[in-house]
Amino acid sequence: MPATNNPAAKTERLMNLVMTLLYTRRPLSRARIREIVEQYRLAPSDDAFERMFERDKDELRELGIPLVTEEISAGWEDEPGYRIHHRDYALPQIHFDSDELAVLGLAARTWSHATLAGPAGTALRKLRTFGVEADDEAFAFIEARLGTSEPAFGPLLEALLALRPVRFPYARPGEEGSTREVRPWGLTSQSGHWYLTGLDTGRGEPRVFRLSRITGKVTTSGKAGSYAVPADHDPVAMIRRRRSGRELDLARLRLRPGSGNALRARGIAGEDADVLELPFHDIRDLAQELASYGASVVVEEPAALREAVIAVLAASAAAHQGAPA
Amino acid sequence: MSGQEGATARLSRLLSIVPWLVNRQGIDIGEAARELGVSEGDLRDDLELLFMCGYGPMTDELIDVSTEGGRIVISNADTIAAPLRLTRAEALTLTVALRALRGAEGVADSTVIERTLAKLDEAAASASGQGGPRVAAVLDDGSPESVRGRVAEALSRGRRVHLRYLVPARDESTERDVDPMRLVSLDGRWYLEGWCHRAEDTRLFRLDRVEEIRVLDIDGTPPEVAVARDLSAGTFVAGPNDHVVTLLLRRGWDWVGEYYPIESAVPAPEGSTITLRVGDTEWVRRLALRSGGGVVVQGPPELRARVAADAEAGRTAYGLGG
Repeated sequence: MPATNNPAAKTERLMNLVMTLLYTRRPLSRARIREIVEQYRLAPSDDAFERMFERDKDELRELGIPLVTEEISAGWEDEPGYRIHHRDYALPQIHFDSDELAVLGLAARTWSHATLAGPAGTALRKLRTFGVEADDEAFAFIEARLGTSEPAFGPLLEALLALRPVRFPYARPGEEGSTREVRPWGLTSQSGHWYLTGLDTGRGEPRVFRLSRITGKVTTSGKAGSYAVPADHDPVAMIRRRRSGRELDLARLRLRPGSGNALRARGIAGEDADVLELPFHDIRDLAQELASYGASVVVEEPAALREAVIAVLAASAAAHQGAPA
Repeated sequence: MSGQEGATARLSRLLSIVPWLVNRQGIDIGEAARELGVSEGDLRDDLELLFMCGYGPMTDELIDVSTEGGRIVISNADTIAAPLRLTRAEALTLTVALRALRGAEGVADSTVIERTLAKLDEAAASASGQGGPRVAAVLDDGSPESVRGRVAEALSRGRRVHLRYLVPARDESTERDVDPMRLVSLDGRWYLEGWCHRAEDTRLFRLDRVEEIRVLDIDGTPPEVAVARDLSAGTFVAGPNDHVVTLLLRRGWDWVGEYYPIESAVPAPEGSTITLRVGDTEWVRRLALRSGGGVVVQGPPELRARVAADAEAGRTAYGLGG
């Protein structure tokens, strides 16, 4: 039956099913549904119909359509009946003012060119159903993007919403990768990167994963709803802690006059305007940053930072000696 | 669109399009397509499909669609005349973005955002309460609220701004007048895009590098030659006077090839070799310096020699080498 397998025919069948189940005032038996929906009537066998109906039912529920099963009495035995209650289906008529619709438009646009562009667009259209046109000019000059080009985003969001454990290959730069088993707790975009927070069940502790470091396919590895997210889980704080987990330290730097401007903005200058005290968390990050100034910035203290900068400069110098290999 | 769109995704779209059209009976088909963000051909396909659907097989049970005179009239669609409640993913896209915008103070009026969020809660199918998943985005990059606010103000009033702006690649503070074009958040940072009278070109200014901003009482309409950039590929754009740079990226520095638009990439024994065009080699020089041999300039030779000399000078400043 090629005709019922093409996507347009399937959309038509699903649409007919939705309308039929919304229209009915009492639950409909499978047999009755098969009579009403033409594409089911044309199914070549009982088996083919059953399979098709089961799948369709699941897919409608996945779309968030509240398709319910209610017992109906048929002679001696009860049998399952199906319907969609309009009160559970329909969006309540909420009135949005035009400035509210404008801000919703801006919010929906942040997802353009990303995995969630579809749902964001549909959501906006639904909310704009009832009349009022938005003041689109209001935010015409603002563009914010929550880009999610990472292929892992879609499957992880789905797993997170269903509270379903996942498994994926993960590798930090310069490290051998490994497969992680994770119960997703949260997805967070920070500084332009998406992070997954969750319980790494292999390591038995909460961990943060950067989506761009997931090196392969995300697969589910457990039942939906098989865990709960701890009530006190705060993904933003957890990511911040990880990013700046080390103790705060203080560096003393000597700057060449007029240089190191980005550092001056972050540090505290002493009596000598070219000696700067700069708080830092990560010695490796700061050493790299300071090395980029070459001779314009010299570390006076601490010694470990001095050594780290010298090591970076030495490696950079060595790598650039002579003609390229 | 219909070509790649799955059957259920299309159903979902149709279920949101029908109520929208029913509330705009007689709308011009071209206008509807534009507003709905589909091509007119796709919309016609959609309407044709709807014409075949109903709550039963009889003619009077089917949706009636007319496009006479290019105007869309839909009847007998009462069962689906109200949109489906927002799904969790749909509600989530909007609430996450609204909360992120609320966090980036100065960009949009936070009282409007609050009101909108409250109404959105009513529209969502189910609230994500205790033990539910957390999805959040942070659009606050630490740039001062006052800077964002003044940029938004200058944009809405069409005024020029004066900036004192830090250029870390050159390690200098600069003064410039800018006609604002857009306030853009990209990869977690806020930028002002505008016509820079000093560079006589369109420029992106990172707001966390703005040391001072004043809204001038001068008309800020950018000249006609000012064109906003397509930011899909990121903030870096190749210009006509560019230098071609070849870099060896050792393992762990592969991100450089993903972060900047590159011309080519070939695997090398120790990583990969990439070629890219840059308007200014300053940032490449500094990247090579800080990478400790992770990013190695292969060409042009002057740039390579410059990195070697600067790294040596740095060591000398510590009393080493020479």
